[in-house]
Amino acid sequence: MSSIAIKGVKKAYAKNAVVHGVDLEIATGEFIVILGPSGCGKSTLLRMIAGLEDISGGEIWIDGKLVNKMEPRARGCAMVFQNYALYPHMTVAENIGYALKVAGVPKAERMKRVAATAKVVGLEAFLDRRPAALSGGQRQRVAMGRAIVREPKVFLFDEPLSNLDAKLRVAMRAEIRRLHRRLGATSVFVTHDQTEAMTLGDRLVVMNGGRIEQVGTPAEVYNRPATRFVANFVGSPSMNLMEGSIDRHGVFVYDEQRRIPLPGAIDARLVGHKVTLGVRAEAARLVAAGTPGSLPATVDFIEELGAGRVVHTDFDGLSFAVALSDPAAFETGDTVGVMIDPADVHLFSAESGARINALAQLPPVPVAS
Amino acid sequence: MVERTPIFNAICQIVLFIGLLTVLLPFVIVIVAATHDIRAVNTVPMSMVPGSELFTNLHEAWVRADLGRKLLNSFLFAGTVAAGKVLLSSMAAFAIVYFRFPGRMLMFWLIFITLMLPLEVRIVPTYAVAANALAPFQAILNITGITWLIQTVSGLQVKLEWGLLNSYTGLILPLVATATGTFLYRQFYLTVPDELAEAAKMDGSGPVRFFVDILFPLSKPNMIALFTIMFVWSWNQYLWPMLITTDPNFGIAVTQLKHLIPSEFGLPDWNVAMAGTLIIMAPPLIVVILMQRWFVRGLISTEK
Ligand SMILES: Nc1ncnc2c1ncn2[C@@H]1O[C@H](COP(=O)(O)OP(=O)(O)OP(=O)(O)O)[C@@H](O)[C@H]1O
Ligand SMILES: [Mg+2]
Repeated sequence: MSSIAIKGVKKAYAKNAVVHGVDLEIATGEFIVILGPSGCGKSTLLRMIAGLEDISGGEIWIDGKLVNKMEPRARGCAMVFQNYALYPHMTVAENIGYALKVAGVPKAERMKRVAATAKVVGLEAFLDRRPAALSGGQRQRVAMGRAIVREPKVFLFDEPLSNLDAKLRVAMRAEIRRLHRRLGATSVFVTHDQTEAMTLGDRLVVMNGGRIEQVGTPAEVYNRPATRFVANFVGSPSMNLMEGSIDRHGVFVYDEQRRIPLPGAIDARLVGHKVTLGVRAEAARLVAAGTPGSLPATVDFIEELGAGRVVHTDFDGLSFAVALSDPAAFETGDTVGVMIDPADVHLFSAESGARINALAQLPPVPVAS
Repeated sequence: MVERTPIFNAICQIVLFIGLLTVLLPFVIVIVAATHDIRAVNTVPMSMVPGSELFTNLHEAWVRADLGRKLLNSFLFAGTVAAGKVLLSSMAAFAIVYFRFPGRMLMFWLIFITLMLPLEVRIVPTYAVAANALAPFQAILNITGITWLIQTVSGLQVKLEWGLLNSYTGLILPLVATATGTFLYRQFYLTVPDELAEAAKMDGSGPVRFFVDILFPLSKPNMIALFTIMFVWSWNQYLWPMLITTDPNFGIAVTQLKHLIPSEFGLPDWNVAMAGTLIIMAPPLIVVILMQRWFVRGLISTEK
């Protein structure tokens, strides 16, 4: 049985629609990450699950109960906020124990559970402090403890790590992952940081403009992006996208000098149509200029990343990134060739942006150029 | 920042010092006059060297103006007004800021408008209402014809009456119901992050719990500031208490001062009048001194 079922959920503020019918099933114990650019409605969706925001249309079910009209406290969700939202006048122990106090848990048991929770989030030494006397990471832990102590069915996180510095963020990420393994509660985690999404999620939900673009495991989303938006949004550097058309030989034509043979046969209906071809920077290679089958390019600039480097090349105005793991033998201004393996290309409809999957189903046609 | 030079500093100091003298001089005169005997206080110019009659004068003023009873009344009056204001305005602001109900903005503006109608402006109608607090309802019944209807049907004449003259209720209530505090609280609530309310909601607390457990403790500096201002303000009220209390049992200290001021043909014992003044102005001074640390913090509410 699924823990959370979202059916055709919509949200509009006055006349302004911000979530346009979202469908999503979340299994019990699953860690779901909602990923999307700023303003795409991630927080709004999360807050509708929490009950902090009214639902304009559709249904939300939690644990088999329709919760559309239910108060937040009846839904059994705990939430961790971006700014932590700790009660400034209460000590850490009081902050963590507040939900239990409201629920009428006797003091002795409350203390016991607060102590146990503090141990889980590593705050035993700080129980008597006020939030103002804690560091960002410690406040984050208090917020986490406050959610854990109630043993909720569902954890909701709204960009809880975005106020931390890079190093702490990585540490807290690992900690959240560990906590999830240990508690096993269904979790919904909102972020616009794709590394966070990739490392944390069992499944990712990529949102854009109030709609879901793709739902899948991190590997699926990375390897088979369902739309051009996902292809562009997930992955760093983002996927190279080129607009062109397919000729009758099954070759993608960007311009006269740049043609990429496609694997397998192409649906005849696609011939002559505009499509977007995508190649990950990691999938392309750089070769000497003029190598047969390579696309001519000039080196624009080189981004040094320590472990590797990203060479940004230029296709007469279109920038194309190539990631290299070995030292670059090129310099800015050099003319080079970009080699693309047909097996690594992704095709999207230029109009709708949807992935075109009909490749490689028919026997290959000999390529002529 | 203005450039700081020794000359500029000196000018500042001098101006401030003159200001201080201007403010303090009346107090000094009161204090000195309260220590003189009747002859010394009436010599022109009055000697600024303190005399030795302070305690005699204080005692005389205390007895003559029945200050024991009147100070008690004043404390009761000012304390209740201040406390009532804190309670009322914190709750009114809570409703306006945290609840979306129909007519919310109308309510807000109604409260806002009362700011422009201080008690002094509407003192006659307010007195009429205090004389019979149910008069407005009676008027509504009369105008709508319900009085007439009831009379024709049952033969009974509806006559609502609840007089508040010469009572603590009448003294206090009209001063509690004003808007200043509501605004101070509204401003404060607007600075409380929304997420705090949401976190409390997620923790399962309802509105009352949120108010008591979170807003109330957070607004403590505000509360103290408002209480202090309102205490001093109501302690110094003159017109309203004078109007509504004719029974000396309900008189307050400030209005009592006029019994100490020598009449035209009486003994010009200004020393006793000044001693009385000294006693009467002491309590607000003490309250301000005791509360000033929190008081300042409440007015500068940006501090987190
Ligand atoms: N109270 C509101 N009234 C009107 N519009 C709102 C309100 N709250 C949010 N919106 C709009 O809804 C859209 C989605 O907002 P939401 O907060 O869900 O974005 P988000 O995906 O969480 O973005 P971010 O990553 O920046 O937090 C935005 O365009 C925002 O302007
Ligand atoms: Mg958000």
